[in-house]
Amino acid sequence: MTDGFEDAVRLLDPSGRLDEKAAEALDLKEDDLLELFRLMLMTRRADLESTALQRQGELAVYPPLIGQEAAQVGSAYALEPGDFAFPSYRELGAALVKGVDLVDYLHFYRGTWHGGTYDPLETRFGMVAVPIASQILHAVGYAYGSKLDGSRDVSMAYFGDGATSQGDFHEGCNFAAVFGAPVVFFCQNNQWAISVPVSKQTVAPIYRKAEAYGFPGIRVDGNDVLATYLVTRQAVQRARTEQVPTLIEAVTYRLGPHSTADDAGRYQPKEQVEQWRELDPLDRYRKFLTERGLLTEEVKKGFDEDANKLAAHIRSGIVGAPPPDPGDLFEWVFSEKTKRLEAQEKELLEEAGDQ
Amino acid sequence: MSEVTMAQALNEALRNSLRDDESVLVLGEDIGKLGGVFRITENLQEEFGPTRVFDTPLAESGIMGFSLGLALRGYRPVAEIQFDGFIYPSFNQVVSHVAKHRFRSRGRAPVPLVVRVPFAGGIGAAEHHSESPEAYFAHTAGLKVVVPATPLDAFDLLTQAIRDPDPVFFFEPKSRYWSKEDSELGADSLAMGNARVVKQGDACTLIAYGAMVPRCLETATAASEDGVEVEVIDLRSLVPFDLETCAKSVEKTGRAVVVHEAPLTAGFGAEVAASLAESAFLHLEAPILRVTGYDIPYPPAKVEEHYVPSVDRILGAIDRVLSF
Ligand SMILES: Cc1ncc(C[n+]2csc(CCOP(=O)(O)OP(=O)(O)O)c2C)c(N)n1
Ligand SMILES: [Mg+2]
Repeated sequence: MTDGFEDAVRLLDPSGRLDEKAAEALDLKEDDLLELFRLMLMTRRADLESTALQRQGELAVYPPLIGQEAAQVGSAYALEPGDFAFPSYRELGAALVKGVDLVDYLHFYRGTWHGGTYDPLETRFGMVAVPIASQILHAVGYAYGSKLDGSRDVSMAYFGDGATSQGDFHEGCNFAAVFGAPVVFFCQNNQWAISVPVSKQTVAPIYRKAEAYGFPGIRVDGNDVLATYLVTRQAVQRARTEQVPTLIEAVTYRLGPHSTADDAGRYQPKEQVEQWRELDPLDRYRKFLTERGLLTEEVKKGFDEDANKLAAHIRSGIVGAPPPDPGDLFEWVFSEKTKRLEAQEKELLEEAGDQ
Repeated sequence: MSEVTMAQALNEALRNSLRDDESVLVLGEDIGKLGGVFRITENLQEEFGPTRVFDTPLAESGIMGFSLGLALRGYRPVAEIQFDGFIYPSFNQVVSHVAKHRFRSRGRAPVPLVVRVPFAGGIGAAEHHSESPEAYFAHTAGLKVVVPATPLDAFDLLTQAIRDPDPVFFFEPKSRYWSKEDSELGADSLAMGNARVVKQGDACTLIAYGAMVPRCLETATAASEDGVEVEVIDLRSLVPFDLETCAKSVEKTGRAVVVHEAPLTAGFGAEVAASLAESAFLHLEAPILRVTGYDIPYPPAKVEEHYVPSVDRILGAIDRVLSF
């Protein structure tokens, strides 16, 4: 682990060696171990494909998650289908694990529709939330509603290190504690909020803020998919059975720019990036699986094919996708169009028809 | 028939809604045991229990975002913001999420919720307790904005707001909480979104909402003594805005004065005046005037009477449109 994060839970060291004793609680079948890798590989591939699509002008903008695959896949894999994840804007990996069609997800970034084109209730994956930390409160309210229903559903709020400076983060944690909401706060500390390092966001370690609200906080090596999965599964369990929230700080690193519009070279020290590249979550896990003899050539080939298929699916769904019907713009402002909206729609459609 | 105050009418609307719909939840600051600082939620926690009627931590953005999450899960939260001047911490949640949720999800994930806000002045309150922020919300696409002026309407409109599939910002004119009406609640309910002609006249149309409705009626009585019969319209709802009712009246009277407590610049009166100018121009005999609060922070209690539109100021505007 890089300096200052020695207290993070870790099962796999960077060479892919497993801490067998610590891993006892893991209890994962070989299929799951491989599935975690497949999902990380698909995430990496979809992420690169999205960046490429932005470069080709097919997406308006895209915030890469490269380097954070283990944090997203490991955490989302700990959720059950009924659990609701509330993402920020960098959670393509979590979306994939939750079964969201990534074409529908990427329509947000193509500029087809705010919120993408998937069904957030059906997929139990919230719409992209750009206003920092705002989604955290939705996760808490939804979780409290689940509790009132007497259901087992848990909410998960995804957010970054920068988000912990926002009031909504603090209000969300506090509401969750006071109401005993079954929610997990999953912070991906990727060391940067655009150009501002985490040291300028907060002096106290992020996970320790949990103590102030009265629930557990835990720091995990976010580039270790097994540790991330284990810690999250335990937190989800705690939320589900005891209605106790948990704040997880997954220590990871944003290997790419903040977004395709960003020039990270202006602020990210090259040596730092290099140092974290050595800690690439896929490399580490690949070494582990290979060492165990799980990642056979045949398995690898199958996974590569899956990743290729996903990339092709994204490409064919996004490239040249038509814009929405301008009439759609008036459709869902209210449950029923007001007279004003009807008049404005007519005006727009007449103008659009004239073109 | 019996006498009922607006506070009682609102309380009764909440009670009925809690009784009729299991998914209704009432939340806010001090709304449980205390029954709210204005007692609008009085006894509700006792009757429906602390799971359905509950105090939240003191954080308005929290209340708003948390309510959105509850609505997503199928609940109908009715949140109270303690005072007008304390709604601002929630503004990001309102504008970025509550207002847009149905739109962003292409109709799949609407968030029906009601936000009740005691608003406006005239009660000698301290700073931050007398503001009229309704224009911010009327300006935000996706929110309905409703303002009752009478106990009966308070009951009807709140009942409808809670059943409405869209987010409704419900501004309660706090100076009218103790106003009484001899009426049977729910007897003569007019759908939300419709304005109401509350006094007939042919000389000029006064258009108002909330506490300015009774102020305009007072003005109308004074004008009547001078032989001038003005028509008074209670807007009831700013969004949707019932332009038809206003335009129909102006077609008859040829003159309009819009009255509100909120400041002049970019206030809702500007919307009313511009809309009337667009739709009833040929019927107008005079420019549409506005009588409003001034473009200053809401003043201290000792001088607030100069700010809130008075009968005299409204009479002055009527004189001007009549002598144009
Ligand atoms: C309320 C708000 N302020 C500013 C921004 C602009 N902004 C977008 S992302 C970002 C940095 C967020 O950093 P962090 O929370 O660490 O998440 P990360 O981007 O690293 O995933 C900023 C400042 C915003 N989206 N919302
Ligand atoms: Mg960050």
